[in-house]
Amino acid sequence: MSSLWLSFELAGCVAAILLLIGMPVAYWLAYSNWRGKFLLESIVALPLVLPPTVLGFYALLAMGPRGPLGKLWIALFGHGLAFTFSGLVLASVFYSFPFAVQPLIASFEGVDQKLLDASAVLGAEKWRTFRRVILPLSLPGVVTALVLSFAHTLGEFGVVLMVGGNLPGVTRTASIDIYDRVQTLEYGEANRLALLLLVIAFAVLCLVYAVNRRVWTPAWTRWIAR
Amino acid sequence: MDRKVIPAGLFARIRKERREYASFVLDASVEVPPGITILFGPSGAGKSTLLDCISGLVPPDAGTIAIGEEVLFDSTMRIDVVPQKRRIAYVFQSLALFPHLTVEQNIAYGLGEIPEQDQRSRVQEILEAFRIEKLRKQKPAQISGGERQRTALARSLVMEPRVLLLDEPLTGLDAGLKAAIVEDLRAWNASKRIPVLYVTHSREEVDALGERVVTIDNGRVVSHGPPMEVLDAPRRKRLAQAAGFENLLSATVLDLRKKDGVMRVRLGESQCEIEVPLAHASAGDCVQVAIRAGDILLASEHPRGLSARNVIEGRIASLEQRGTMCVARVDCGVTFTAHVTPGAVRALELAAGKQVWLVLKTHSCHLVD
Repeated sequence: MSSLWLSFELAGCVAAILLLIGMPVAYWLAYSNWRGKFLLESIVALPLVLPPTVLGFYALLAMGPRGPLGKLWIALFGHGLAFTFSGLVLASVFYSFPFAVQPLIASFEGVDQKLLDASAVLGAEKWRTFRRVILPLSLPGVVTALVLSFAHTLGEFGVVLMVGGNLPGVTRTASIDIYDRVQTLEYGEANRLALLLLVIAFAVLCLVYAVNRRVWTPAWTRWIAR
Repeated sequence: MDRKVIPAGLFARIRKERREYASFVLDASVEVPPGITILFGPSGAGKSTLLDCISGLVPPDAGTIAIGEEVLFDSTMRIDVVPQKRRIAYVFQSLALFPHLTVEQNIAYGLGEIPEQDQRSRVQEILEAFRIEKLRKQKPAQISGGERQRTALARSLVMEPRVLLLDEPLTGLDAGLKAAIVEDLRAWNASKRIPVLYVTHSREEVDALGERVVTIDNGRVVSHGPPMEVLDAPRRKRLAQAAGFENLLSATVLDLRKKDGVMRVRLGESQCEIEVPLAHASAGDCVQVAIRAGDILLASEHPRGLSARNVIEGRIASLEQRGTMCVARVDCGVTFTAHVTPGAVRALELAAGKQVWLVLKTHSCHLVD
């Protein structure tokens, strides 16, 4: 079962990081008037259309001892990035980026421009407008971003295999574990894990749709809206 | 925030091209002294664009905006104060209340920088002034239209702005409620005396509020002055329609009687001739005559001994009751619309097909461009 916990750990880290860097990126993409915006939009959406092996392959090259990221990491921490948990997190952040950023953009753009104008003439600077108006009114988008990036990371396979390899307790996540079990004909164990992932995925999607249909507002979102 | 509010007039000279609308150019200059000034004009005249520029939300292409001595925008001096720093309150037609905040939180929104104790007393004061104290814990979706309008006004005014811009904030309210809110606004402004620029295309609101009117059409200021002068003698056709002139008739000038200050015109293709105030025109010119339906008298027999110079014979084409008023369409060769009371309809036994005489005072006939 350690592989499942590892998956949760990875997905949790990735979702948290994505929420932090996803918000400024989404804000900029939603409100900037720059003509070259489509370039960044395309880069953000790239993982949606790219095979995970392609992304994983280039991530591996970059993180390897001769890659730019790998060299930097060795200089900073004294060890390489490839086949480590940190490397896995980094690659997953790229891989799940659109799943965090796109719901955020959609919900930021959904906030009535007149409310932002009202906030401005009432003397509120951009940051205050974001905290008091945009963010609270975008809560379903924030929940969606968080949950989708968590769930998407939980289910990834190709990138993990390319970048992380298959080290028990370090990079062997649940999806890799299932593949392994099937290869070694441990169908019972594979089924247990697969069923768990299926149930989790379904529960997560229920949460996303319930929040977006305002059936239910999780209490922990209140501190954001405060 | 705690700078003393010095009452001072607003001045704006703005040129702004809007590319979204084919070739619309706003090129207007307005002066708004302390007190309520109405900005009146048909939809699409540029009223909202003017307000957007003054508030700082939309940058003008050129011009100057100043409150008293302080310049907020000047294209040649490259001054452009951000909306956050202008202290110009702006109430939108949509009101734009924050839906996730309570009435109280909405009102306190602009007071972020002042101590909490002062915030509370100022919010309390304005809640009372606009009679929405009981709603303080309610969200905008839970209160009525009139209450939302009061909340939006209170939210803007609690900041003690130097200028107040109102973009048709009272549309959709019934007359009684409108009057009550206007009264509260007036009472509030009696002590502060800040310039208030109030946009409307409703003649009723002009009459209720009017200290001064600026009329605007097609991006240009057409006239300004007291409402009676400006709106009762509109100089443009579109404004005449907006100002409630139901009868807009084209006419040909027959002869000028300069001594009497009048001229005779023939209406349309008809044989109908009336006397109208003298204008810069010569015989044979085509002019537009605007007449309010409420300024036309109806008689069931040929009237005599009247000072009114125009008596026209016709037949009632249709009679239609609208609320407490009857709208009569009278065919005199051209069709006139006249308003009469249901009582008059009964007393004169008016009905479709009946012969009537229309009575028009010369000065009820206005010439428009």
